[in-house]
Formats: sequence, C-alpha cells, structure tokens
Amino acid sequence: MLVYVIRRLGQAALVLAVMATLVFIAVYAVGDPVAILASPQADQQELEAITQRLGLDRPLYEQYGLFVWNALHGDLGRSFVYNEPALTLILNRLPATLELALTALVIAVFIGIPLGLYAGLKPQSLGGHSIMAGSILGFSLPNFWQGLMLVLLFSVMLGWFPAGGRGTTRELLGVPVSFLTLDGLSHLILPALNLALYKMALVIRLTRAGTREVMLQDYIRFARAKGLSQSRVIGVHVLKNILIPVVTVLGLELGSMIAFAVVTETVFAYPGIGKLLIDSIGRLDRPVIVAYLMLTVVMFVIINLIVDLIYAAIDPRVRLEEAKA
Amino acid sequence: MSQPVLSVRDLVVEFSAREGVLTAVNGVSFDVHAGEVLGLVGESGSGKSVTGLAVLGLIDAPGRIASGAILLNGEDLTKKSEAELRRLRGRNIAMIFQDPMTTLNPVLRVDTQMIEAIRAHEKVSERAARDRARDALAKVGIPSPEERLVSYPHQFSGGMRQRVAIAIALLHRPAVLVADEPTTALDVTIQAQILSEVQQLAAESGTALVWITHDLSVVAGLADRVAVMYAGRIVEEGHVADVLERPAHPYTNGLIGSVPSRNKRGEPLAQIPGMTPSLASLPPGCAFAPRCPRADAVCKNPPGVTHAGDARAFRCFHPLIPVEAAA
Repeated sequence: MLVYVIRRLGQAALVLAVMATLVFIAVYAVGDPVAILASPQADQQELEAITQRLGLDRPLYEQYGLFVWNALHGDLGRSFVYNEPALTLILNRLPATLELALTALVIAVFIGIPLGLYAGLKPQSLGGHSIMAGSILGFSLPNFWQGLMLVLLFSVMLGWFPAGGRGTTRELLGVPVSFLTLDGLSHLILPALNLALYKMALVIRLTRAGTREVMLQDYIRFARAKGLSQSRVIGVHVLKNILIPVVTVLGLELGSMIAFAVVTETVFAYPGIGKLLIDSIGRLDRPVIVAYLMLTVVMFVIINLIVDLIYAAIDPRVRLEEAKA
Repeated sequence: MSQPVLSVRDLVVEFSAREGVLTAVNGVSFDVHAGEVLGLVGESGSGKSVTGLAVLGLIDAPGRIASGAILLNGEDLTKKSEAELRRLRGRNIAMIFQDPMTTLNPVLRVDTQMIEAIRAHEKVSERAARDRARDALAKVGIPSPEERLVSYPHQFSGGMRQRVAIAIALLHRPAVLVADEPTTALDVTIQAQILSEVQQLAAESGTALVWITHDLSVVAGLADRVAVMYAGRIVEEGHVADVLERPAHPYTNGLIGSVPSRNKRGEPLAQIPGMTPSLASLPPGCAFAPRCPRADAVCKNPPGVTHAGDARAFRCFHPLIPVEAAA
C-alpha cells in the first residue's frame, strides 16, 4: 500500500515538472504581457521599467531557472496583474469553486443514481424512456446554453434565484462558505445545477447500464430466492455492484469540474478559480497560469488516489490484487 | 401415500418473444413428497430450469405462468401476491443454482449474505443470526467457519462456494429445495461430496428435493424418482431404477445410450441424431418424432399420457416396453 502511494506520488511529481515547464515556455512564446499590462500611453522608458520589474528582461533560461529555484522553495511567483503571490490568489478563490463542484457532485449523484436505477429496472416504461431521452439532452446541449436557459427560466421569468455572483458567505473552519446562509445557497443552486447537468446525464447512463447488467446476474436471482425484499435486493445487492464504475467516473469528473468550471463560472459571474484562469490567460499572467495548472495536477493526483481508496472499499477483489502487488 | 409437499399441475410457462409466444413449459405435472428426491432430466432448452424458477415464482417478464397450479402443502403459489411469495421463498421453498462462481454476490461478505437470509424471515438479533450462519457453514463441511464468515466469495473455491449456497438455501429447513444443476460446474470428486452432503442434509430436515440435471449418472445415484423432459413436456416419469432399466420413451432410451460408460471401447459413441427443436418451430404432435427411430404417421398427433403401473407414465405411441404392462 505504501509503495503504491509512493509510486503514485513519484509519477505525479514527474507530470508536474513536465507540465510546468511546457506551460512556462508556451506562455512565454505566446506574447509579451507588458504590452497588455501597461497603459497605451506609456512610453518606452515606462515599458522597460515594467519589464525589468517583472524580470522579463532576462533571457528565458534565467527566468526559468529562477522559477524552478523559487518553486522548489514553495514560491510560485507573484501575479503580474495583482502583484500578489499567485498561490494566495488561487487559494483565496478555491473555496468558492470547491463548494460549487461538490454541490454539483451531490446533485449529480443524488438525482442521477435514483433516476438511472429506475430507468434500468423499468427500461420499457414511459418513465424509463423519458429519463433516457432527458439524459441525451443533458449530454448534447452545450453547457453555456443550458446555463443561459437556467438564468432565463429561474431568474428572469420566475425570479426564484439570483442570476449571478456569490451570496453572503460565512466562515466554516476558517474557510468562507456560502451554503450555510440562505442568500448564499440561493446563489449557489443555479450554477451548481448547471455544472451538474452533464454529470447527472453521465451518472444516469452509467447507473442504468450497470443495473440492467447486474439484474441478470445469478446472484440477484439467488438473493430473490432467499426471500429478500425488493428494496434490499436493489438497495444493497444491485447498488453496491453498480457503484464501482460510477465512483471511478465521478472521481475523474470531479477533478475536471473543479479545474474547468470555467464556462459555468463565466455564465454566472461566479468568483471561482475558473474565472481567475480565464482572466489570467487573457492578460498573459504567467505566474497565475502556471501555478493554477500545477495545482490542478496536484488535485487530480489526490482525487485519483481517493478514488482508488474508495474503490478498494467497495470492491473486495481490488484489495486482494493490491496485497499481491 | 401421504399428501405431496409440492405438487405441480399442468404448468404452462410462456415467453413472449419477437417470433410470437413461446411455450417453454407445456403442461408439466409432478409430485414430490417429503424427504423424496425427484430428478428432473433433460437437455438444454427442455424447460427444466424454467420449471424450477416457476416453482419459486421467479419467472420475470417477458415470461409468465400462463396456466396451471403449483401447490405447496396444498396452497396454490400461482395465486399468491409477490409479497406472500417473498415470505415463502427461502423459508418454505429454496433454490440453488448451477454456477457457484456467480450465485454469491461478489461485493458482499459471506456473513452479510447469510445473516440477511436469516433475518429476511425471522426476527432474530444480528448476533444470533451470525451464530446460526456459522453453524450452518460448519454443517456443510466448511473448515474454520468463524473465519470464513468474514471472507468474500472470491476467496472460496467453486466447491466451497456451492457449499455456502447450499448452507444458505437450507438455513430455514425449507420444505422443498429446487437444485438447478448445482454440481455441473464442479470437479467430479467435489460433485460426489456435494451430492452426498445434500442428500444427507435434505434427509435430516425432511426437505423434498427437485434435482434438475442433464446428467443421468447423477440421477441414478441420487434420485428416488425421475421425470424426463423434452421440449417443455415431461415425456417419461417413474422410479429411477425402473426408468433406467426399462425406458419406455425412445428419447429416454437415447439419453441412456449416450452415457459414455455404456458404450463399447473403440466404437463411435452413441448419440441421438439431430438437435433439440427450437421452441419457435415445434413439430405438430410428438416433439421428438423428427429425431425418433420409431416414429411413423401416428406421431403427427400429440401423444397422450399412458400410465403403466407403479407411478410409471410416458407420452409415446410406440413405447419400448410392452403396452400390456399398462393397466
């Protein structure tokens, strides 16, 4: 188990180094941030002053060497735009996005699994067909359009929820969260739903496919032959078997929900890290982009590790294979 | 003779398919008495497994019991609701299946699967149920049952898994146990052990056994009576020794002839020509006629049941035993 974790962390460190290098060079190649940062009226002297202050006058290998040296000391550089440490900037915005992604995950799981189960148990019913048709819409309609329609329906026409922004937050263990206040919750629901729709469609399809397959297994027939109630057969025997693929896929999707909630955050003007990334790319704010992507890699590694652990918890056969390894 | 524990009367099971309605079980009747073993023999697709499932009320759509009665201690199961059936399943009537690799849920521990089976029918504490589960495992010959309780199915061999399944099936000392080829997937040595253990356990608890198999040698050693199925019908029925020694139906005769040990060394193995007919295109009259060496024009009509003395019956116009015996 320990060897397994160490090996995984080693791989992650390698990916981190390669990715940081590539992004660092790519952003350098794209253009000169000074031209974007400085006011259009600035003269040559001012431009040079800025370039020098940001350290952009040095050759690339020197800039890169300095970046690596600082990174090894835990310093990922200061934002060109905000003149704040890039990491602080991201971490300040991270809770908002984490909250958004986790809420979306909860919605996707708690609506998606029951709907998928129903569609899997009664594939020929009207309800089953409707759920599957709905999930195709969830897949195929563009995310931003779904967001706009949510705003149009629930904010503009019905006026139930605000159209954008993050509501009042409250500190929970030193982290500002919004789901504890009514205002915050009402701001959270639409963007979370928007982010959840695609995942929900995915969960529905996975659950349905799994249910239909598992229902034909001998152990389900045997469970029924034991005289177990329908709810026990489905709630324990079926559900525990279909959770394996669902957890795997959701783990991967959670990472992408956190890292790339860009579209949703833009549509709902939600102050998360996705919006920060888009803004930073627009301004060629290299330290923020590099730090963001490095953080994303770390996050993916951690999530995958957690998924593996959950996987071992629900599928006993996984444990055995690890013991042998 | 006393009243049978299980009495199946004119059972018809139909499946709606694209080709139309297929009759998988067509007017099957049989009785099983307490402590008795009935062997239900037939090739794949003869309807023997469907008959077993029907007895437990486990026929799922698109299949359904179209007509007939299944009497368990005189009560008709076909008239019971799903909730009533659930209370009977596992407690009064149990079933074990062919492939021990797939009958236990791979992600649940053995104790979970046994305790839930006990508590589905009896209000007992977790603790008491656990003790009973352990004793049940010990009874089917599983070494160190206390440790094995917390194992997962993949940690057992095939034979051990089938023992666990048998232990689960016999937890409530059911009146009837339907065994659907439970030894087919096992080694011959394990097969023999399991057979003798089931026989012993069933005798102890007075459980009537319906043993579904395609293997005549299993039936010869285990069953009291045998019913031979072909294309959804019972074509011959009687005491095991009687049927095996003096088969009346040409199909039974063919089955017996196909047992390899009955063939002479060096000669081609005997076989029944042709294949089991598809249910969608059954010939009119006797379903076995196209493969039968004795068939003639009469066989285009459906053969009725001929009773021939001591619990012996068959459906054939040209039986291999003298018809004078029929009285």
